[in-house]
Parts: sequence; structure tokens; C-alpha cells
Amino acid sequence: MSTTTTDVHSHGEHGDHEHNPYHQHHFATMEQQFDTSKLGMWLFLATEILLFGGLFVGFGLMQHRYPREFIEAHEHLKQLVAGQLFPLYGALNTMVLLVSSWTMVMGVNAAQTDQKKKLVRYLVITILLACVFLVVKYVEYSHKFNDHLLPGMFYGHQSEDLIKGTHGYATFFAFYFMMTGLHGIHVLVGIGLLSWLVMRARRGDFTSSYYTPVDLVGLYWHIVDVIWIYLFPLYYLIS
Amino acid sequence: MSSHTESHTHHGGPKIYTANLLALLFLTVITVAAASFNFGSANVVIALAIATVKATLVGLFFMHLIWDKPVNAIIAIAGFLFLGIFLMFDFIDVGSRVNLQPRNMPNMENATPAPDTMNPLKTAPPKPLEPAPAAEEHK
Repeated sequence: MSTTTTDVHSHGEHGDHEHNPYHQHHFATMEQQFDTSKLGMWLFLATEILLFGGLFVGFGLMQHRYPREFIEAHEHLKQLVAGQLFPLYGALNTMVLLVSSWTMVMGVNAAQTDQKKKLVRYLVITILLACVFLVVKYVEYSHKFNDHLLPGMFYGHQSEDLIKGTHGYATFFAFYFMMTGLHGIHVLVGIGLLSWLVMRARRGDFTSSYYTPVDLVGLYWHIVDVIWIYLFPLYYLIS
Repeated sequence: MSSHTESHTHHGGPKIYTANLLALLFLTVITVAAASFNFGSANVVIALAIATVKATLVGLFFMHLIWDKPVNAIIAIAGFLFLGIFLMFDFIDVGSRVNLQPRNMPNMENATPAPDTMNPLKTAPPKPLEPAPAAEEHK
């Protein structure tokens, strides 16, 4: 106990892993500090689940209200956007996000095992995959902007099969853009956080005894993946 | 103290993560394949069941819940549990209504349909580049 106390007060002189420069004095141990941060992150993730959950419930209710329009809007998307390409966009983006989750967890593993170069490499690959996701998203969105398949009052698509019951289609696209858009914003935030991690990792901030930010951003990145896992079948597959 | 550090570093590992990724990609292929068959209303259930399996795999291995202190898993499960309660009660509510219109609304059957104020096609030209057809609609 006495050795720990002296360690805490002699800043970095020993280079001992018992005392880390990132050890905040109100925590007894680094492990306690890590667990506390992680608990806080999980509480945030629970609010994320509920944030998107509300939108999922709304989508379900509106699909119950406009069952025909929702299915037709989906079918229409399939035919309109370059044949069968539309579900492929979703499938491609699902794969991209799953692989990026893997690179993220490999990055966390590299941080845990003091492999700095590997950590930076995996983080950079994760950022690149996130960019691929957003590029596919951009292509997908621009198709819809061109055809005036826009949310709510902006809906102005004119074709014979979707002209009746416009309210239902407008509602479908309102949910489509709000949910995929909010998810896209989360991906953008993730890119920002990952870039910050790359900067810090290159500086050598992270070691096996302190990698809390890598772990927490990893958790955030995985929850973004989990949300997409649910978005994908609901918007791209169900008919 | 050193045992604590080990407890962080020695769980998981590249092999488990890679196996998990392969399982997730395989399940994605299954989801796409299952959607091409018509099981009626079961399609939604199948898709969401596979999605839940995938989300569980991500949670357990990528998010380390299987090795973590149980409190994190409890928070995660609580999030989904309350979402389930939310979803269930909403659908009980909507499902138990015979008619979504208010009960005291007069002349339910012969009522003129509510003004479609949200429908821009009837009030504004849908495409600003083509004002001619929209102008005809107003007459």
C-alpha cells in the first residue's frame, strides 16, 4: 500500500506500470478507472439503443398504418435504382461495416498487446472502411434526390405506380432518410473519433495499461454496426 | 495488480475475432438469401431474428461482453428490454383499436376525406422545372 502511494506521488520517475501518467488520483487503481469509464460508455450506448429504438418503433407503427405504400415504396426502389442494385448497396455496406468492426476490435487487441504500429494500421483501415460506407451512401442518396424520393413535404416523385397514396410514400422516405441519416451522422462522428485515436496512437499515448479511449471508441463503433445490422433488413430486404 | 492487467489482455484474441467476423458475414448472406423467398409475414420475423443473432455476436465478442464484468451486459440488456416494452405496448395499443379515427367524429362513413395537407402534389408543383402540369391541376 505504501509503495503504491509513493508511486502515485512521484510522477513518472519509475516508469513502473503501477503508476501511469493517465492514472487520475481519485481512482484507486487503473483497473477501477478503466471499469468506471467503460460503465459510463455502456450507459451512453443504452441511450443510443433507445434513441434509434424510438425511430424503429415509429417505423413499425407507420408500416402498420401504410402497409401497401411501404412495400410498394420498397419494391419501387428495387426496380428504380439500377435494377437489383438497391439491396446490393445495403448488403455491401453491411459487409463493409462488419469488416470495419473486425479491424476495430483487432486495433483494440493491438493496443492491449502494446503493438503501436498495428494499432495505427487497424485504426486507419477502419477509417477507410467508414469512408467506403459513406461513399456508397452518397451514391444511394443521390439516386433518390434525382428522383425526388424525399422525406415528408419534400416528396415529389412522379411516376404512375407511386402517385397514389403519396402520404404513405412520403412517410416511408421520411423514416428512411431520418434513420439512415442519423446513422450516417454517427459514422461521421466515428470517423472523427477514430482520427483522434490515430493521432494519439501515433504519439504513443496508448499502452497495455492505458488504452481506455481505444476501447470506448471501439464500443461506440460496434453499436453503430449493431444499429446497421437492424436497419439493413428493414429497409433493404423486407418486401 | 499484475493479475488485473492480465485479465484485460488475455481474453479474446485475433482467432476468436476472425471467426466471429466470418460467422457474421455468413449470417448476412443467409439474411439476403432468406429475403428472396416468400415466407409471408414470417419474413420480417426471420430477418429480425437473424439480426438479433448478429447483434448478440457483435456484443458478446467484439464488445467483449462475454469476458466483461456482468454490469455492462446488464445495462445493454436493459436497453433492449425497455425498447421491447416500448415496442410491445405500442403495438398492443394500435392493434387493439378497431378504427384509428376518434369515436365522436360525426358521419364516419360518409365523411369527406381529411384535407391532404401533407401532400405537396396537390398544393405545390412537385418539380420546380416543370410548372405547366401543376398549374393545370389548380384549375
